[in-house]
Amino acid sequence: MNGFVDRLLGRVRLGGWLAVAAPVIAVAFAVLITSVVLLIAGSDPVEAFTTLADYGTQPRSMAMILNTGVMYYISALAVAVGFRMNLFNIGVDGQYRLAAVVAAGLGGAAVVPGVLNIVLVVVVAVIVGALWAAIAGLLRVYRGVSEVISTIMLNAIATGLGSWLVSEHFGVLTGNDLGTRPIPDDAHMPGIPLIAGTPVLVNGFIVVAVVLGVAYWVVLNRTRFGFELRATGKSESAAVASGVSVKKMIVVTMVMSGAVAGLIGMPELLGASYKYSNNFPAGLGFTGIAIALLGRNNPVGMAVGALLWSFLDNSSNQLQLLDISKEIVQIMQGVVVLSVIIAYELVHRYRIVAEQRRVSRELAAPQEAPKAGAAA
Amino acid sequence: MAAAACGGGDDTTTTGASAGASSAPAAAQVKVGLAYDIGGRGDGSFNDAAAAGLDKAESELKVEKKELEATQGETDAQKEERLRLLASGGYNPVVAVGFAYSGSVAKVAKEFPDVKFAIVDDDAAKGDNITNLMFAEEQGSFLVGVAAALKSEKGNIGFVGGVDVPLIHKFEAGYEAGAKAVKPDIKIQSKYLTQPPDFGGFGDPAKGKTAAQGMYDAGADVVYQAAGGSGAGVFEAAKAANAMAIGVDSDQAALPAYADFKDVIITSMTKKVDVAVFDFLKNFTTGAVKSGPSVYDLKAGGVDYSTTGGKIDDIKSQIDEYKQKIISGEITVPTS
Repeated sequence: MNGFVDRLLGRVRLGGWLAVAAPVIAVAFAVLITSVVLLIAGSDPVEAFTTLADYGTQPRSMAMILNTGVMYYISALAVAVGFRMNLFNIGVDGQYRLAAVVAAGLGGAAVVPGVLNIVLVVVVAVIVGALWAAIAGLLRVYRGVSEVISTIMLNAIATGLGSWLVSEHFGVLTGNDLGTRPIPDDAHMPGIPLIAGTPVLVNGFIVVAVVLGVAYWVVLNRTRFGFELRATGKSESAAVASGVSVKKMIVVTMVMSGAVAGLIGMPELLGASYKYSNNFPAGLGFTGIAIALLGRNNPVGMAVGALLWSFLDNSSNQLQLLDISKEIVQIMQGVVVLSVIIAYELVHRYRIVAEQRRVSRELAAPQEAPKAGAAA
Repeated sequence: MAAAACGGGDDTTTTGASAGASSAPAAAQVKVGLAYDIGGRGDGSFNDAAAAGLDKAESELKVEKKELEATQGETDAQKEERLRLLASGGYNPVVAVGFAYSGSVAKVAKEFPDVKFAIVDDDAAKGDNITNLMFAEEQGSFLVGVAAALKSEKGNIGFVGGVDVPLIHKFEAGYEAGAKAVKPDIKIQSKYLTQPPDFGGFGDPAKGKTAAQGMYDAGADVVYQAAGGSGAGVFEAAKAANAMAIGVDSDQAALPAYADFKDVIITSMTKKVDVAVFDFLKNFTTGAVKSGPSVYDLKAGGVDYSTTGGKIDDIKSQIDEYKQKIISGEITVPTS
């Protein structure tokens, strides 16, 4: 009985310690590598990190960081839905861009007034994202095409299709920029004065992002669907044996991932640019992949990752004022992702070794016990 | 620097106003802030041309400079912050390179009425303190189209555009019109390397090479590229095919970076972003900045064709004839 309690306590203690160790190691390692890179580049790391800290603690920057972070977070969630089932949806990028083009085209046409238009734009974006992702899901199920390959190709097709839609159907030329007709004023997502001391409003979609994060956790951990999704991710054959239709799960998961992906462009479309133009942010889907890895598919972890990523992206101007090349930001981001992966792997291995030691100690213990009994 | 870094604070309008007042033209030291489009200094093309104008201003007008670069996939809000950071940090004037800054300049210029802004390649941003540096790319492209048609022996020429955007359509339209003015039945192959929002086509020599190779294989003997950094690939393909190519933006046959290809570059359509940027900065120091569009066309010498290498000396008189007709207005070059 004591052994069991010990083991239990030991595991809890070990788990708690390890849970803190991994991110700490990762951050320390990332700071170290970045400092080395800065030194090699001839910049002062202390000055760079002080500037970053200064920047990150200003109210105005915080609002900016939240605003880009919202998009990054939704993107990470879209990727994570697939990751949890071992589905690599590389196509989040194409899904959100195509969704944004179609939604922007419809929103700009102002078919319905006011809030209804916001709802229409969002619903259309979700549907387009879901349908585009469904293609990859169906190809995987009925044709055995790896979703990695098909989503990459669908990204390229989405680019072409989006470009064609803008230039042939929705496009209005302003100066040298081609974009959709702006969404009318009455259908703009209002901002929230969330951060005191700055006139910069936080994008209203932050509420949607938080709700999505909670929903992600609830669906995965508290529903039968979530259980089946995680089970299929862990072992397809085991899932089949317990009566899960893997084919259905693949299609449904891709559709869900695509539906969330459809929302990525909405904060920008309905809260900032109000149109889809050549200037619309691209590549957010790939940022989402990195952040999902960084946050280990955990809703809170990904939120931290999204904010960190956004903070680094937004601080690029400040670093450039110090004559530090903006590429240092990309190096930092890359190093952070690698550090997190390596740190968790190290801690994981440490745990396995510790477990093995514990098991062998426990295996050794009963052998001594009978001896003691025999002696007595 | 630390003060400037903190300048992104919240009292932007007041900081901006005081900064504007303290750095009135001809004051002690003019601090120029320049924001690049993606690619930044060193792209061997458009951004570099702006950088050259800035460098010239630094040495001739003794201005101080600060350059900030854009990051891939950023939002308009981030572009605005970049301009705001410069304006609130006491940089006046502020130059934005590329039409991507259109909305951002329009917005930030309103917040800093005492700071002068210039934007290259955009006339949509309007304001009392905004100067739009515009180019008639189609006119210069018309002339190199004439050169291509006259030099082509096979009656088959090509155009490689970096990204399928309206700005690059102007290059294509002018080129086509010029070539057809000489030989109405000439065959013109045309290809864009990427579709927006993928702007990779401005920086991918491998894509440029493949596209140009395809055109030479299909019978073209002259290819004009308006593809930024991807242009190097077009030149490579021209060299391999022992054919001709036409450069863009700078006089590329004269650039050290393209020394290997100077034999195949028969001419370049020069778009003098450097001149426009320098002119603007010079006007600033003399207090003669005019808001609104400044059009750099053939007449103003803002676009032209280059003759480095002497490869088109034999047809120069014919090209100049067309040039005069465009300047006099006898020929109107289409823009799309």
